[in-house]
Amino acid sequence: MNMPPLIPPFDFQTHVLGPWSSPEIAAGTFWTMATCSLVAICCGLLGCFLIVQGLALIGDAISHTVLLGIVVAFLLTGQFSGMAMLIGAGLTGIVTALLIEFIHRSSRIKQDAAIGIVFTSLFALGVILLNTMASHQHIDADCVLFGDLEFAMFDTTKIFGVAIPRSAVQLTLVTAVVASVIALFYKELLVSAFDPQLAAVLGLKPRLVRYGLMGLLSLAVVSSFQAVGAILVVAMMIAPPATAYLLTDRLPKMLLLTVVAGVISAIVGVHVAFWLNAATAGAMVCVACGLFTLAFLFSPRHGLAVGALRRFRRDDPPLADELSVSA
Amino acid sequence: MIPQGEQGSADEGRPNLPDSSLGADRPLPLSVRSLTVSYDRKAVLWNVDLDVFAGRIVGVVGPNGAGKTTLIKAIMGLLPLQSGTILINGKPLKKQPGAIGYVPQRESVDWDFPVTVHDVVMMGTYGTLGLFRRPGRKQREICRRSLDQVHMSSYAHRQISNLSGGQQQRVFLARALAQEADLYLMDEPFAGVDAATEAAIIELLRTQRDTGRTILVIHHDLQSVADYFDDVLLLNRHVVAYGPVGDVFTVENLRTTYGGKLAVLPEHANGET
Repeated sequence: MNMPPLIPPFDFQTHVLGPWSSPEIAAGTFWTMATCSLVAICCGLLGCFLIVQGLALIGDAISHTVLLGIVVAFLLTGQFSGMAMLIGAGLTGIVTALLIEFIHRSSRIKQDAAIGIVFTSLFALGVILLNTMASHQHIDADCVLFGDLEFAMFDTTKIFGVAIPRSAVQLTLVTAVVASVIALFYKELLVSAFDPQLAAVLGLKPRLVRYGLMGLLSLAVVSSFQAVGAILVVAMMIAPPATAYLLTDRLPKMLLLTVVAGVISAIVGVHVAFWLNAATAGAMVCVACGLFTLAFLFSPRHGLAVGALRRFRRDDPPLADELSVSA
Repeated sequence: MIPQGEQGSADEGRPNLPDSSLGADRPLPLSVRSLTVSYDRKAVLWNVDLDVFAGRIVGVVGPNGAGKTTLIKAIMGLLPLQSGTILINGKPLKKQPGAIGYVPQRESVDWDFPVTVHDVVMMGTYGTLGLFRRPGRKQREICRRSLDQVHMSSYAHRQISNLSGGQQQRVFLARALAQEADLYLMDEPFAGVDAATEAAIIELLRTQRDTGRTILVIHHDLQSVADYFDDVLLLNRHVVAYGPVGDVFTVENLRTTYGGKLAVLPEHANGET
Protein backbone atom coordinates (compact mmCIF):
# COMPACT_ATOMS: atom_id res chain seq x y z
CA MET A 1 0.00 0.00 0.00
CA ASN A 2 1.14 3.45 -0.81
CA MET A 3 -0.14 5.81 1.88
CA PRO A 4 0.60 9.50 1.55
CA PRO A 5 2.63 10.72 4.51
CA LEU A 6 0.53 12.13 7.34
CA ILE A 7 2.51 15.34 7.34
CA PRO A 8 3.71 16.44 3.90
CA PRO A 9 7.34 17.59 3.71
CA PHE A 10 7.69 21.29 4.43
CA ASP A 11 9.06 23.40 1.62
CA PHE A 12 9.68 27.09 2.26
CA GLN A 13 9.33 28.03 -1.42
CA THR A 14 5.96 26.30 -1.88
CA HIS A 15 4.34 26.73 1.51
CA VAL A 16 5.47 30.15 2.69
CA LEU A 17 6.03 32.06 -0.56
CA GLY A 18 3.47 30.02 -2.54
CA PRO A 19 0.39 31.75 -1.07
CA TRP A 20 1.83 35.10 -2.24
CA SER A 21 3.10 34.01 -5.70
CA SER A 22 0.60 35.86 -7.90
CA PRO A 23 -1.61 38.92 -7.30
CA GLU A 24 -4.84 36.91 -7.37
CA ILE A 25 -3.53 34.23 -5.02
CA ALA A 26 -1.96 36.86 -2.78
CA ALA A 27 -5.27 38.76 -2.56
CA GLY A 28 -7.05 35.57 -1.50
CA THR A 29 -4.37 34.81 1.11
CA PHE A 30 -4.46 38.38 2.37
CA TRP A 31 -8.23 38.45 2.90
CA THR A 32 -8.19 35.02 4.51
CA MET A 33 -5.52 36.21 6.90
CA ALA A 34 -7.26 39.51 7.55
CA THR A 35 -10.58 37.78 8.27
CA CYS A 36 -8.95 35.29 10.64
CA SER A 37 -7.00 38.06 12.39
CA LEU A 38 -10.15 40.11 12.88
CA VAL A 39 -11.92 37.06 14.33
CA ALA A 40 -9.00 36.55 16.71
CA ILE A 41 -8.92 40.23 17.72
CA CYS A 42 -12.60 40.85 18.39
CA CYS A 43 -13.21 37.50 20.08
CA GLY A 44 -9.94 37.68 22.01
CA LEU A 45 -10.50 41.20 23.37
CA LEU A 46 -13.92 40.21 24.72
CA GLY A 47 -12.56 36.85 25.86
CA CYS A 48 -10.11 38.66 28.17
CA PHE A 49 -13.04 40.04 30.18
CA LEU A 50 -14.62 36.57 30.29
CA ILE A 51 -11.64 34.60 31.54
CA VAL A 52 -10.65 37.04 34.30
CA GLN A 53 -14.16 36.57 35.73
CA GLY A 54 -14.28 32.81 35.25
CA LEU A 55 -17.02 33.20 32.62
CA ALA A 56 -15.37 31.33 29.72
CA LEU A 57 -18.22 28.81 29.65
CA ILE A 58 -20.76 31.57 29.12
CA GLY A 59 -18.79 32.45 25.98
CA ASP A 60 -19.11 28.83 24.91
CA ALA A 61 -22.85 28.93 25.56
CA ILE A 62 -23.37 32.14 23.60
CA SER A 63 -21.38 30.86 20.65
CA HIS A 64 -24.00 28.11 20.29
CA THR A 65 -27.19 29.96 21.11
CA VAL A 66 -26.60 32.62 18.44
CA LEU A 67 -27.79 29.95 15.99
CA LEU A 68 -31.28 30.45 17.39
CA GLY A 69 -30.96 34.21 16.94
CA ILE A 70 -29.80 33.81 13.35
CA VAL A 71 -32.67 31.47 12.48
CA VAL A 72 -35.32 33.62 14.17
CA ALA A 73 -33.97 36.71 12.42
CA PHE A 74 -34.14 34.82 9.13
CA LEU A 75 -37.72 33.72 9.72
CA LEU A 76 -38.72 37.32 10.43
CA THR A 77 -36.80 39.05 7.64
CA GLY A 78 -35.82 36.37 5.12
CA GLN A 79 -32.17 37.37 5.34
CA PHE A 80 -29.14 35.46 6.53
CA SER A 81 -26.89 38.47 6.71
CA GLY A 82 -26.67 42.08 7.66
CA MET A 83 -28.35 44.04 10.39
CA ALA A 84 -31.21 41.64 11.15
CA MET A 85 -28.80 38.81 11.85
CA LEU A 86 -26.60 41.01 14.06
CA ILE A 87 -29.58 42.21 16.09
CA GLY A 88 -31.02 38.70 16.36
CA ALA A 89 -27.71 37.31 17.56
CA GLY A 90 -27.08 40.18 19.97
CA LEU A 91 -30.48 39.70 21.59
CA THR A 92 -30.04 35.94 21.86
CA GLY A 93 -26.72 36.46 23.60
CA ILE A 94 -28.32 38.74 26.19
CA VAL A 95 -31.29 36.38 26.62
CA THR A 96 -28.86 33.48 27.14
CA ALA A 97 -27.01 35.36 29.88
CA LEU A 98 -30.28 36.49 31.51
CA LEU A 99 -31.73 32.97 31.49
CA ILE A 100 -28.55 31.49 32.97
CA GLU A 101 -28.55 34.05 35.75
CA PHE A 102 -32.29 33.65 36.37
CA ILE A 103 -32.06 29.86 36.76
CA HIS A 104 -28.92 30.11 38.87
CA ARG A 105 -30.38 32.77 41.16
CA SER A 106 -33.88 31.54 41.67
CA SER A 107 -33.14 27.90 42.34
CA ARG A 108 -30.46 25.74 43.91
CA ILE A 109 -29.01 24.92 40.46
CA LYS A 110 -25.35 25.92 40.25
CA GLN A 111 -24.08 28.11 37.45
CA ASP A 112 -22.37 25.36 35.42
CA ALA A 113 -25.56 23.29 35.26
CA ALA A 114 -27.60 26.39 34.40
CA ILE A 115 -25.22 27.12 31.51
CA GLY A 116 -25.44 23.52 30.30
CA ILE A 117 -29.24 23.52 30.31
CA VAL A 118 -29.76 26.93 28.74
CA PHE A 119 -27.30 26.69 25.87
CA THR A 120 -28.15 23.16 24.77
CA SER A 121 -31.89 23.82 24.82
CA LEU A 122 -31.65 27.12 22.92
CA PHE A 123 -29.25 25.53 20.43
CA ALA A 124 -31.58 22.55 19.97
CA LEU A 125 -34.48 24.92 19.38
CA GLY A 126 -32.38 26.65 16.74
CA VAL A 127 -31.55 23.34 15.03
CA ILE A 128 -35.22 22.30 14.93
CA LEU A 129 -36.33 25.66 13.55
CA LEU A 130 -33.56 25.48 10.96
CA ASN A 131 -34.59 21.97 9.87
CA THR A 132 -38.30 22.59 9.71
CA MET A 133 -38.65 26.19 8.63
CA ALA A 134 -35.51 27.08 6.72
CA SER A 135 -34.26 23.79 5.34
CA HIS A 136 -33.93 24.76 1.68
CA GLN A 137 -31.55 27.65 2.36
CA HIS A 138 -27.82 27.56 1.77
CA ILE A 139 -27.21 27.73 5.50
CA ASP A 140 -27.34 24.65 7.69
CA ALA A 141 -26.23 23.58 11.14
CA ASP A 142 -22.92 22.27 9.78
CA CYS A 143 -22.10 25.63 8.31
CA VAL A 144 -22.86 27.34 11.63
CA LEU A 145 -20.85 24.84 13.65
CA PHE A 146 -17.79 24.55 11.41
CA GLY A 147 -17.92 27.65 9.26
CA ASP A 148 -17.15 27.89 5.57
CA LEU A 149 -14.14 30.14 5.06
CA GLU A 150 -13.70 29.31 1.38
CA PHE A 151 -17.28 30.29 0.62
CA ALA A 152 -16.95 33.42 2.77
CA MET A 153 -13.94 34.51 0.70
CA PHE A 154 -15.94 34.31 -2.55
CA ASP A 155 -18.90 36.24 -1.16
CA THR A 156 -17.42 39.66 -1.91
CA THR A 157 -18.67 43.19 -2.17
CA LYS A 158 -17.02 46.10 -4.00
CA ILE A 159 -15.75 48.96 -1.86
CA PHE A 160 -13.94 51.71 -3.79
CA GLY A 161 -13.57 49.25 -6.67
CA VAL A 162 -11.85 46.60 -4.56
CA ALA A 163 -13.53 43.24 -4.03
CA ILE A 164 -13.65 42.65 -0.29
CA PRO A 165 -15.28 39.62 1.36
CA ARG A 166 -18.50 40.64 3.10
CA SER A 167 -17.49 38.89 6.30
CA ALA A 168 -14.24 40.88 6.38
CA VAL A 169 -16.22 44.11 6.11
CA GLN A 170 -18.61 43.05 8.87
CA LEU A 171 -15.76 41.86 11.10
CA THR A 172 -13.94 45.16 10.62
CA LEU A 173 -17.00 47.06 11.81
CA VAL A 174 -17.62 44.76 14.77
CA THR A 175 -13.95 44.81 15.79
CA ALA A 176 -13.98 48.61 15.63
CA VAL A 177 -17.09 48.69 17.82
CA VAL A 178 -15.57 46.21 20.31
CA ALA A 179 -12.30 48.13 20.52
CA SER A 180 -14.02 51.49 21.01
CA VAL A 181 -16.41 50.14 23.64
CA ILE A 182 -13.46 48.71 25.58
CA ALA A 183 -11.58 52.01 25.28
CA LEU A 184 -14.58 54.15 26.28
CA PHE A 185 -15.91 51.96 29.08
CA TYR A 186 -12.62 50.55 30.32
CA LYS A 187 -13.08 51.63 33.92
CA GLU A 188 -16.66 50.29 34.07
CA LEU A 189 -15.54 46.96 32.56
CA LEU A 190 -12.54 46.73 34.88
CA VAL A 191 -14.37 47.39 38.16
CA SER A 192 -17.40 45.27 37.19
CA ALA A 193 -15.08 42.36 36.46
CA PHE A 194 -12.89 42.75 39.55
CA ASP A 195 -15.44 43.76 42.19
CA PRO A 196 -19.08 44.00 41.04
CA GLN A 197 -20.19 45.18 44.49
CA LEU A 198 -17.84 48.16 44.41
CA ALA A 199 -18.98 48.87 40.86
CA ALA A 200 -22.57 49.00 42.10
CA VAL A 201 -21.70 51.32 44.99
CA LEU A 202 -19.81 53.62 42.61
CA GLY A 203 -22.84 53.75 40.30
CA LEU A 204 -21.03 52.02 37.44
CA LYS A 205 -24.00 49.70 36.74
CA PRO A 206 -22.23 46.31 36.71
CA ARG A 207 -25.30 44.39 35.52
CA LEU A 208 -25.71 46.63 32.50
CA VAL A 209 -21.98 46.25 31.79
CA ARG A 210 -22.28 42.49 32.03
CA TYR A 211 -25.19 42.23 29.62
CA GLY A 212 -23.56 44.72 27.29
CA LEU A 213 -20.53 42.46 27.26
CA MET A 214 -22.72 39.45 26.42
CA GLY A 215 -24.45 41.37 23.62
CA LEU A 216 -21.12 42.43 22.13
CA LEU A 217 -19.84 38.90 22.44
CA SER A 218 -22.81 37.68 20.40
CA LEU A 219 -22.04 40.24 17.70
CA ALA A 220 -18.44 39.03 17.59
CA VAL A 221 -19.56 35.39 17.42
CA VAL A 222 -22.16 35.91 14.73
CA SER A 223 -19.67 37.84 12.60
CA SER A 224 -17.04 35.16 13.11
CA PHE A 225 -19.03 31.98 12.70
CA GLN A 226 -19.06 32.13 8.91
CA ALA A 227 -15.27 32.19 8.93
CA VAL A 228 -14.41 29.72 11.68
CA GLY A 229 -17.66 28.18 12.92
CA ALA A 230 -19.31 28.29 16.32
CA ILE A 231 -17.11 25.58 17.84
CA LEU A 232 -13.73 27.03 17.00
CA VAL A 233 -14.79 30.60 17.74
CA VAL A 234 -14.77 29.56 21.39
CA ALA A 235 -11.10 28.67 21.05
CA MET A 236 -10.27 32.13 19.72
CA MET A 237 -12.26 33.59 22.60
CA ILE A 238 -10.29 31.69 25.22
CA ALA A 239 -6.88 30.48 23.99
CA PRO A 240 -5.22 33.85 23.14
CA PRO A 241 -6.53 35.57 26.33
CA ALA A 242 -5.44 32.58 28.42
CA THR A 243 -1.99 32.77 26.82
CA ALA A 244 -1.80 36.49 27.60
CA TYR A 245 -3.08 35.92 31.15
CA LEU A 246 -0.08 33.68 31.82
CA LEU A 247 2.36 36.27 30.47
CA THR A 248 1.35 39.46 32.26
CA ASP A 249 -0.09 40.84 35.48
CA ARG A 250 -1.99 43.83 34.12
CA LEU A 251 -5.19 43.94 32.12
CA PRO A 252 -4.13 46.51 29.46
CA LYS A 253 -1.03 44.44 28.66
CA MET A 254 -3.18 41.33 28.61
CA LEU A 255 -5.47 42.90 26.00
CA LEU A 256 -2.46 43.87 23.89
CA LEU A 257 -0.82 40.43 24.15
CA THR A 258 -4.14 38.80 23.26
CA VAL A 259 -4.20 40.76 20.01
CA VAL A 260 -0.58 39.76 19.29
CA ALA A 261 -1.21 36.08 20.05
CA GLY A 262 -4.41 36.13 17.97
CA VAL A 263 -2.79 37.72 14.92
CA ILE A 264 0.19 35.35 15.11
CA SER A 265 -2.26 32.41 15.26
CA ALA A 266 -4.08 33.72 12.20
CA ILE A 267 -0.97 34.36 10.08
CA VAL A 268 0.84 31.15 11.02
CA GLY A 269 -2.44 29.21 10.86
CA VAL A 270 -3.16 30.23 7.28
CA HIS A 271 0.29 29.03 6.20
CA VAL A 272 0.05 25.80 8.18
CA ALA A 273 -3.33 25.11 6.57
CA PHE A 274 -1.79 25.66 3.14
CA TRP A 275 1.11 23.36 4.01
CA LEU A 276 -1.03 20.54 5.41
CA ASN A 277 -3.90 21.16 2.99
CA ALA A 278 -6.17 21.40 6.04
CA ALA A 279 -9.03 23.64 7.16
CA THR A 280 -7.76 27.13 7.95
CA ALA A 281 -9.85 27.51 11.11
CA GLY A 282 -8.56 24.24 12.52
CA ALA A 283 -4.96 25.16 11.77
CA MET A 284 -5.41 28.59 13.36
CA VAL A 285 -6.83 27.12 16.56
CA CYS A 286 -4.00 24.56 16.70
CA VAL A 287 -1.45 27.37 16.47
CA ALA A 288 -3.31 29.36 19.15
CA CYS A 289 -3.26 26.31 21.43
CA GLY A 290 0.42 25.79 20.61
CA LEU A 291 1.14 29.33 21.77
CA PHE A 292 -0.86 28.64 24.93
CA THR A 293 1.20 25.51 25.59
CA LEU A 294 4.42 27.49 25.22
CA ALA A 295 3.16 30.10 27.70
CA PHE A 296 1.91 27.38 30.04
CA LEU A 297 5.35 25.77 30.12
CA PHE A 298 7.73 28.71 29.80
CA SER A 299 5.96 31.84 31.06
CA PRO A 300 8.60 33.74 33.06
CA ARG A 301 6.32 34.15 36.10
CA HIS A 302 3.58 31.55 35.96
CA GLY A 303 5.13 28.84 33.75
CA LEU A 304 5.40 25.20 34.76
CA ALA A 305 9.12 25.09 33.92
CA VAL A 306 9.92 28.15 36.03
CA GLY A 307 7.93 26.72 38.92
CA ALA A 308 9.81 23.44 38.72
CA LEU A 309 13.12 25.27 38.53
CA ARG A 310 12.19 27.33 41.56
CA ARG A 311 11.33 24.22 43.57
CA PHE A 312 14.56 22.58 42.38
CA ARG A 313 16.74 25.43 43.63
CA ARG A 314 15.79 25.42 47.29
CA ASP A 315 17.82 28.51 48.14
CA ASP A 316 15.89 30.59 45.63
CA PRO A 317 14.63 33.92 46.98
CA PRO A 318 10.86 33.98 47.62
CA LEU A 319 8.48 34.85 44.80
CA ALA A 320 7.60 38.30 46.09
CA ASP A 321 11.21 39.51 45.99
CA GLU A 322 11.73 38.31 42.43
CA LEU A 323 8.62 40.10 41.33
CA SER A 324 9.58 43.43 42.82
CA VAL A 325 12.66 43.30 40.59
CA SER A 326 10.87 42.30 37.41
CA ALA A 327 7.90 44.62 37.97
CA MET B 1 -30.36 49.35 83.98
CA ILE B 2 -32.31 49.79 80.80
CA PRO B 3 -29.78 50.43 78.06
CA GLN B 4 -30.30 53.20 75.57
CA GLY B 5 -31.91 52.07 72.36
CA GLU B 6 -33.47 48.93 73.75
CA GLN B 7 -35.98 47.56 71.25
CA GLY B 8 -39.35 49.15 71.65
CA SER B 9 -38.18 52.23 73.51
CA ALA B 10 -39.31 55.56 72.10
CA ASP B 11 -35.78 56.63 71.35
CA GLU B 12 -34.92 53.52 69.44
CA GLY B 13 -31.82 53.69 67.29
CA ARG B 14 -30.67 56.97 68.78
CA PRO B 15 -27.49 56.81 70.84
CA ASN B 16 -26.98 58.99 73.83
CA LEU B 17 -24.45 61.42 72.43
CA PRO B 18 -22.02 63.04 74.82
CA ASP B 19 -21.66 66.08 72.55
CA SER B 20 -24.99 67.32 71.30
CA SER B 21 -23.43 70.17 69.30
CA LEU B 22 -22.65 67.66 66.55
CA GLY B 23 -24.70 68.05 63.39
CA ALA B 24 -28.02 69.33 64.68
CA ASP B 25 -28.77 70.96 61.31
CA ARG B 26 -26.57 68.81 59.08
CA PRO B 27 -28.19 65.62 57.80
CA LEU B 28 -26.99 62.42 59.44
CA PRO B 29 -24.30 60.43 57.58
CA LEU B 30 -26.55 57.39 57.79
CA SER B 31 -30.19 57.12 58.69
CA VAL B 32 -32.09 53.83 58.39
CA ARG B 33 -35.86 53.68 58.95
CA SER B 34 -37.92 50.51 59.48
CA LEU B 35 -35.68 48.46 57.19
CA THR B 36 -36.80 44.90 56.42
CA VAL B 37 -34.79 42.65 54.09
CA SER B 38 -35.83 39.12 53.12
CA TYR B 39 -34.25 36.21 51.31
CA ASP B 40 -36.78 33.77 49.86
CA ARG B 41 -39.60 35.41 51.84
CA LYS B 42 -37.76 34.85 55.13
CA ALA B 43 -36.94 38.09 56.89
CA VAL B 44 -33.21 38.37 57.57
CA LEU B 45 -33.47 41.89 58.95
CA TRP B 46 -36.62 42.98 60.70
CA ASN B 47 -37.68 46.58 61.24
CA VAL B 48 -34.22 48.06 61.71
CA ASP B 49 -33.95 51.71 62.75
CA LEU B 50 -30.50 53.20 62.93
CA ASP B 51 -29.18 56.76 63.15
CA VAL B 52 -25.43 57.04 62.88
CA PHE B 53 -23.84 60.34 63.88
CA ALA B 54 -20.89 62.01 62.25
CA GLY B 55 -17.44 61.35 63.62
CA ARG B 56 -18.14 58.00 65.29
CA ILE B 57 -16.66 54.55 64.89
CA VAL B 58 -19.57 52.14 65.22
CA GLY B 59 -19.05 48.43 65.81
CA VAL B 60 -21.69 46.07 64.43
CA VAL B 61 -21.75 42.94 66.59
CA GLY B 62 -23.91 39.86 66.56
CA PRO B 63 -23.89 36.07 66.09
CA ASN B 64 -23.46 34.36 62.71
CA GLY B 65 -26.53 34.79 60.57
CA ALA B 66 -27.62 37.89 62.49
CA GLY B 67 -27.77 39.89 59.26
CA LYS B 68 -24.67 42.04 59.75
CA THR B 69 -23.40 41.69 56.17
CA THR B 70 -26.98 41.92 54.92
CA LEU B 71 -27.32 45.25 56.72
CA ILE B 72 -24.30 46.83 55.09
CA LYS B 73 -25.18 45.36 51.69
CA ALA B 74 -28.64 46.87 52.04
CA ILE B 75 -27.13 50.23 52.97
CA MET B 76 -24.96 50.04 49.85
CA GLY B 77 -28.03 49.38 47.71
CA LEU B 78 -26.93 45.88 46.68
CA LEU B 79 -30.10 44.16 47.92
CA PRO B 80 -33.77 44.74 47.21
CA LEU B 81 -35.49 46.16 50.31
CA GLN B 82 -38.80 44.70 51.34
CA SER B 83 -39.59 47.90 53.17
CA GLY B 84 -37.90 50.88 54.74
CA THR B 85 -35.74 53.79 53.68
CA ILE B 86 -32.02 54.39 53.83
CA LEU B 87 -30.62 57.91 53.60
CA ILE B 88 -26.94 58.79 53.23
CA ASN B 89 -26.27 62.42 54.19
CA GLY B 90 -30.02 62.94 53.94
CA LYS B 91 -30.28 61.65 50.37
CA PRO B 92 -30.67 58.25 48.73
CA LEU B 93 -27.37 56.67 47.65
CA LYS B 94 -28.49 56.51 44.01
CA LYS B 95 -28.22 60.29 43.77
CA GLN B 96 -24.64 60.34 45.04
CA PRO B 97 -22.65 57.39 43.64
CA GLY B 98 -19.51 56.64 45.61
CA ALA B 99 -20.74 58.38 48.79
CA ILE B 100 -20.03 55.20 50.74
CA GLY B 101 -16.46 54.04 51.08
CA TYR B 102 -16.60 50.28 51.09
CA VAL B 103 -14.18 47.69 52.44
CA PRO B 104 -15.43 44.19 51.56
CA GLN B 105 -14.35 40.88 53.06
CA ARG B 106 -11.04 39.92 51.55
CA GLU B 107 -12.37 36.66 50.06
CA SER B 108 -14.95 38.52 47.98
CA VAL B 109 -12.55 39.20 45.10
CA ASP B 110 -10.18 37.12 42.98
CA TRP B 111 -6.64 38.04 44.02
CA ASP B 112 -5.20 36.52 40.81
CA PHE B 113 -6.92 39.26 38.83
CA PRO B 114 -4.42 41.01 36.53
CA VAL B 115 -4.29 44.35 38.35
CA THR B 116 -1.64 46.07 40.45
CA VAL B 117 -2.10 47.60 43.89
CA HIS B 118 -2.18 51.03 42.24
CA ASP B 119 -4.93 49.92 39.81
CA VAL B 120 -7.12 48.69 42.68
CA VAL B 121 -6.74 51.88 44.70
CA MET B 122 -7.45 53.94 41.58
CA MET B 123 -10.84 52.19 41.30
CA GLY B 124 -11.90 54.14 44.38
CA THR B 125 -11.80 57.39 42.39
CA TYR B 126 -14.01 56.09 39.56
CA GLY B 127 -17.30 56.96 41.29
CA THR B 128 -16.83 60.70 40.93
CA LEU B 129 -15.09 60.59 37.54
CA GLY B 130 -18.13 60.31 35.32
CA LEU B 131 -18.72 58.56 32.03
CA PHE B 132 -15.85 58.44 29.51
CA ARG B 133 -13.48 60.34 31.85
CA ARG B 134 -10.11 58.81 32.53
CA PRO B 135 -8.22 59.23 35.81
CA GLY B 136 -5.77 62.11 35.59
CA ARG B 137 -3.22 63.84 37.79
CA LYS B 138 -5.71 64.63 40.54
CA GLN B 139 -6.79 61.00 40.80
CA ARG B 140 -3.17 59.79 40.80
CA GLU B 141 -2.45 62.19 43.63
CA ILE B 142 -5.43 60.91 45.66
CA CYS B 143 -4.22 57.39 44.99
CA ARG B 144 -0.66 58.16 46.10
CA ARG B 145 -1.89 59.82 49.30
CA SER B 146 -4.23 56.91 50.12
CA LEU B 147 -1.44 54.38 49.67
CA ASP B 148 0.80 56.52 51.88
CA GLN B 149 -1.78 56.51 54.65
CA VAL B 150 -1.80 52.71 54.80
CA HIS B 151 2.00 52.50 54.35
CA MET B 152 1.73 50.59 51.07
CA SER B 153 3.40 53.05 48.69
CA SER B 154 6.35 50.78 48.01
CA TYR B 155 3.97 48.05 46.84
CA ALA B 156 2.09 50.24 44.35
CA HIS B 157 3.25 48.41 41.24
CA ARG B 158 2.96 44.86 42.53
CA GLN B 159 0.35 42.49 41.26
CA ILE B 160 -2.14 41.90 44.07
CA SER B 161 -1.68 38.13 44.42
CA ASN B 162 1.81 38.70 45.84
CA LEU B 163 0.47 40.35 48.98
CA SER B 164 -0.03 38.97 52.47
CA GLY B 165 -3.49 39.01 54.05
CA GLY B 166 -2.75 42.16 56.02
CA GLN B 167 -1.39 43.90 52.94
CA GLN B 168 -4.51 42.95 50.97
CA GLN B 169 -6.64 44.48 53.69
CA ARG B 170 -4.59 47.69 53.55
CA VAL B 171 -5.10 47.86 49.79
CA PHE B 172 -8.86 47.72 50.30
CA LEU B 173 -8.59 50.42 52.98
CA ALA B 174 -6.57 52.63 50.62
CA ARG B 175 -9.19 52.10 47.92
CA ALA B 176 -11.92 53.17 50.34
CA LEU B 177 -9.87 56.25 51.33
CA ALA B 178 -9.49 57.11 47.65
CA GLN B 179 -13.29 57.26 47.43
CA GLU B 180 -13.06 60.31 49.74
CA ALA B 181 -16.42 59.42 51.23
CA ASP B 182 -17.85 60.63 54.55
CA LEU B 183 -19.24 57.24 55.46
CA TYR B 184 -17.26 54.00 55.47
CA LEU B 185 -18.64 50.48 55.72
CA MET B 186 -16.21 47.70 56.57
CA ASP B 187 -16.93 43.98 56.62
CA GLU B 188 -14.60 42.38 59.15
CA PRO B 189 -11.47 44.39 58.33
CA PHE B 190 -9.60 42.66 61.16
CA ALA B 191 -10.27 39.08 60.02
CA GLY B 192 -7.05 37.17 59.40
CA VAL B 193 -4.64 40.09 59.79
CA ASP B 194 -1.71 40.14 62.20
CA ALA B 195 -1.62 42.22 65.37
CA ALA B 196 0.57 44.93 63.85
CA THR B 197 -1.80 45.44 60.93
CA GLU B 198 -4.79 45.43 63.25
CA ALA B 199 -3.20 48.19 65.35
CA ALA B 200 -2.34 50.15 62.19
CA ILE B 201 -5.89 49.84 60.87
CA ILE B 202 -7.54 50.99 64.09
CA GLU B 203 -5.10 53.90 64.25
CA LEU B 204 -6.10 54.88 60.70
CA LEU B 205 -9.80 54.61 61.52
CA ARG B 206 -9.32 56.91 64.50
CA THR B 207 -7.52 59.49 62.36
CA GLN B 208 -10.39 59.38 59.88
CA ARG B 209 -12.97 59.71 62.64
CA ASP B 210 -11.18 62.73 64.06
CA THR B 211 -11.61 64.48 60.71
CA GLY B 212 -15.37 63.99 61.02
CA ARG B 213 -15.80 60.81 59.04
CA THR B 214 -18.11 58.03 60.13
CA ILE B 215 -17.15 54.37 60.10
CA LEU B 216 -19.34 51.30 60.48
CA VAL B 217 -17.35 48.14 61.20
CA ILE B 218 -18.61 44.57 61.34
CA HIS B 219 -16.63 42.96 64.13
CA HIS B 220 -16.33 39.53 65.70
CA ASP B 221 -13.86 39.83 68.55
CA LEU B 222 -15.95 40.88 71.55
CA GLN B 223 -12.82 41.41 73.69
CA SER B 224 -11.75 44.45 71.67
CA VAL B 225 -15.16 46.09 71.22
CA ALA B 226 -14.84 48.42 74.18
CA ASP B 227 -11.36 49.43 73.01
CA TYR B 228 -12.08 50.08 69.38
CA PHE B 229 -15.53 51.59 69.09
CA ASP B 230 -17.38 54.70 70.18
CA ASP B 231 -20.82 53.22 69.59
CA VAL B 232 -21.90 49.64 69.26
CA LEU B 233 -24.85 48.11 67.43
CA LEU B 234 -25.92 44.74 68.81
CA LEU B 235 -27.74 43.01 66.00
CA ASN B 236 -29.62 39.76 65.77
CA ARG B 237 -32.18 40.04 62.96
CA HIS B 238 -33.37 43.20 64.69
CA VAL B 239 -31.62 45.90 66.69
CA VAL B 240 -31.10 44.47 70.17
CA ALA B 241 -29.40 47.62 71.41
CA TYR B 242 -27.54 50.59 70.01
CA GLY B 243 -25.64 53.39 71.66
CA PRO B 244 -22.31 54.39 73.20
CA VAL B 245 -20.22 51.37 74.13
CA GLY B 246 -20.23 52.25 77.83
CA ASP B 247 -24.04 52.20 77.99
CA VAL B 248 -24.92 49.43 75.59
CA PHE B 249 -22.12 46.86 75.73
CA THR B 250 -23.46 45.07 78.79
CA VAL B 251 -23.56 41.43 79.74
CA GLU B 252 -27.33 41.45 79.71
CA ASN B 253 -27.53 42.90 76.18
CA LEU B 254 -24.92 40.45 74.97
CA ARG B 255 -26.91 37.55 76.40
CA THR B 256 -30.01 38.83 74.60
CA THR B 257 -28.04 39.22 71.34
CA TYR B 258 -26.30 35.87 71.38
CA GLY B 259 -28.94 33.83 73.17
CA GLY B 260 -27.36 30.91 74.99
CA LYS B 261 -24.56 30.70 72.45
CA LEU B 262 -22.16 33.06 74.20
CA ALA B 263 -19.67 30.89 76.06
CA VAL B 264 -17.12 33.49 77.11
CA LEU B 265 -18.21 36.94 78.13
CA PRO B 266 -15.84 39.78 77.37
CA GLU B 267 -13.97 41.20 80.35
CA HIS B 268 -14.88 44.76 79.50
CA ALA B 269 -18.63 44.30 79.31
CA ASN B 270 -20.36 46.44 81.89
CA GLY B 271 -23.19 45.97 84.31
CA GLU B 272 -23.46 42.54 85.87
CA THR B 273 -27.11 42.07 86.66
